[in-house]
Amino acid sequence: MPLSAVAALVAMMLCAGPAWARIFDPETFTLENGMQVVLISNHRAPVVKHMVWYKAGSADEAPGESGIAHFLEHLMFKGTKTLKPGEFSARVARNGGQENAFTSYDYTSYHQTIARDRLEMVMTMEADRMTNLVITPKEVDPERQVVLEERRMRTDNEPAAQLGEQVNAALYLNYPYRRPIIGWEHEIQGLDIDRILAFYRRHYAPNNAILVVEGDVEMAELKTLAERTYGKVPRVADMARTRTVEPPARADRRLVMTHERVRQPSWGRIFLAPSYMSGASEHAYALQVLSEIIGGGASSRLNRALVVDSGIALSAGAYYGPDDIGPSTFGFYASPKPGTSMEALEAAVEKEISRLLQSGVTDTEVAEAIKRMTDAAILARDSFGTAARIFGTALSIGRTVADVEAWPDRLAAVTPEAVNAAAKLVFGNSRSVTSELRAKPAG
Amino acid sequence: MRRVALLAVLFVLLFAPSAGAVNVEQVTSAKGVTAWLVRDTSNPITSMRFAFRGGSALDPAGKEGLATFVASVMDEGAGDLDSKTFQKTLEDLSISLRFDAGLDSFRGRLRMLNKYRDRGADLLRLALTQPRFDDEPVERLRAQLMSGLRQSAEDPETKSSHALFEAMFPNHPYARPGSGTLDGLKAITRDDFRKFVATRLGRDNLMVGVVGDISVDELKALLDKVFGDLPAHAAKWDVPVVTPATKAGVKVVDIDVAQSSIQWAQPGPLRGDKDFYAAYVLNYILGGGGFVSRLYSEVREKRGLSYSVYSYLMPLEYAGAWVGAAGTANARVGETLETVKAVWAKLAAEGPTEAELTDAKTYLTGNFPLRFTASDRIANMLVGMQEDKLGVDYIDKRNSYIDAVTLDDVRRVAKTMLDPSRLLFVVAGRPEGVKASN
Repeated sequence: MPLSAVAALVAMMLCAGPAWARIFDPETFTLENGMQVVLISNHRAPVVKHMVWYKAGSADEAPGESGIAHFLEHLMFKGTKTLKPGEFSARVARNGGQENAFTSYDYTSYHQTIARDRLEMVMTMEADRMTNLVITPKEVDPERQVVLEERRMRTDNEPAAQLGEQVNAALYLNYPYRRPIIGWEHEIQGLDIDRILAFYRRHYAPNNAILVVEGDVEMAELKTLAERTYGKVPRVADMARTRTVEPPARADRRLVMTHERVRQPSWGRIFLAPSYMSGASEHAYALQVLSEIIGGGASSRLNRALVVDSGIALSAGAYYGPDDIGPSTFGFYASPKPGTSMEALEAAVEKEISRLLQSGVTDTEVAEAIKRMTDAAILARDSFGTAARIFGTALSIGRTVADVEAWPDRLAAVTPEAVNAAAKLVFGNSRSVTSELRAKPAG
Repeated sequence: MRRVALLAVLFVLLFAPSAGAVNVEQVTSAKGVTAWLVRDTSNPITSMRFAFRGGSALDPAGKEGLATFVASVMDEGAGDLDSKTFQKTLEDLSISLRFDAGLDSFRGRLRMLNKYRDRGADLLRLALTQPRFDDEPVERLRAQLMSGLRQSAEDPETKSSHALFEAMFPNHPYARPGSGTLDGLKAITRDDFRKFVATRLGRDNLMVGVVGDISVDELKALLDKVFGDLPAHAAKWDVPVVTPATKAGVKVVDIDVAQSSIQWAQPGPLRGDKDFYAAYVLNYILGGGGFVSRLYSEVREKRGLSYSVYSYLMPLEYAGAWVGAAGTANARVGETLETVKAVWAKLAAEGPTEAELTDAKTYLTGNFPLRFTASDRIANMLVGMQEDKLGVDYIDKRNSYIDAVTLDDVRRVAKTMLDPSRLLFVVAGRPEGVKASN
């Protein structure tokens, strides 16, 4: 995933979702065929957001088939045994709905927002394409070109995204997060229908999926609808999500990219860090507080020191997100003001990291960060669909509804000592990847 | 970039909510400040959006980027609070306060938990009436804005967008980017900020939308506190209404990228045009639908030429345009242009089918209630409705305007408004198989 997307997800998790849980009191049950159902009732408008999450993402791809999870996501909008290509989207649109889908490392999600009385229609169609997908070369060939154009737009046209791809490949020595979600171009070119359908049959089934609905519906009704639609889809053999293990890194790495279309250079450093599901996950909450203190906003240590006080940088900050099955990352970024060298910028960020490791964070900083993050959670209730996204993400990586609900309590329990210990764990011994995006000298 | 943001706002507004569930009240304070209010008690939150007519199109010659620059520094210290204190207070209380400039308006938003509402109102009042414009934040923001301009000058979409606006609006302020120019940003002084605040932020140009858990009386007090001391009148201005000066052809802007950015435009209706809704429905059929439109089907689905392809109406205050965009590998730009032209010409010549019209109307009316799910979004629409001079009952009536569009209307509008002879393409990239006319 591009760094910016990671940062956005981090922001979303930090900000908000979990507090929804408490206030909206999500309900959950599991269909007989193994599909978990989660409802967050919200009667503000006669609208529902309907999401199906598959526990399959780019990190579940086999070597050599990078991009297959994402390519399949595109092809899911083609036909089924009973719907001709394009008919799914046409029906959603005719009923005033909006729809889309996205693929990440650990999950793939399909979603529609639609009037509450059309919920059964989208559930019926979504259950249909869970098992009845039909794809032929007539659909696959042009769609492959679409995916390649998407890659050109997001990556090939964007120097920062190109470098981000290289950074991930360098940071993860063995873990599948090293491959771009959209895939390497040459492997996208080579994906054939048989392999795509094999991936589909292996991963797309009710016992590998989660239904999340947010909006104007009650559980009794949703349960009936779910049994009538998804409940009819046969389960497949349960499959373990086995992932390759990341070995210890023994060297710091530095990537330098010079590009003629870069006018504003930038600098980054990224460390592997525990996630909710991997490594010393007890540090996951303290790391969220740490990232808020050192790099979360205008008053964060990095912005104050580098952008406001010394004025050597145009921007500076940090990001961390624990919502991964595998190792997460804790990252720093900064962009130099004209006249500031990369070396001076790097030294200034390193000084803040050293200060953190030597003197730690203060009681006040921790208390203020927790208060801001908790307030932001309440504010985020205003954004329809946020709760569905947070529960979908959490359950897709193997967490529980109760874990999400406990977020405010676990965050509130974070102490300065815990933050300092987390900082030492991540920055003390870990090896990092430093990246520099530089402008090509004129001439 | 600014232009993209502006278009997004317009797009949202046009799609706007329906549904009788939303009741818009017009509230006028003791000092005569008016706001449109939607009361919503679902969350202990108040969201306010506001706009002053007159945006970056009014930036003085030689000071391009002034409105954007002002928007960037207005929340960087006011009254006795320097930049650090001001920003720290916002953060500590989780108050979101921001300004931005569009081509036709200068806008702001304030959102906070109700327990911090009084403090939020104080901070906004200070920012509007006593902004400090201290040297440190001014120079910091100047450097950031100039860096952004330098970088976006290497971005293919920014390049094609700038070239398109220059072609559409010769000798008109719309030709200048709202984000400014390096020379313009360099030339702007503190006096320019002061003059902007003194002459542009008049109550007679102000439009306010509020959504949240707030009573009418509480809102009246809030309006007087925040806006009551602003000058009664803004300085007058004169911007001519123009028709985009496009002619069929292709302009190429060279930039070394893998994928060309393609944007196109022809003249389109103003918001007040009697055929605006017919054109709006027609555009949905042409390229407005997410995964269902003629452009999507021909360009993306059948030929795989672009990941993203769409068209939309751009009814600015002083000009209307009908625009679109796609991104295509350099080698296939020629085929993409031919495909878009063919779709455009066919729809102009034949108009849509009855089934297309029916589907468009059920989508547009059925989608309407989906816009009522977030208070900040509704507040934004309340301001947009005022900017577009729509009635306070617009939300109730909007679906009837869509339903009233007939097949004759859309066919007539297809013939009279869609005009391949005025369809100008701008391509930023290294396109192959394209004969440039610039």
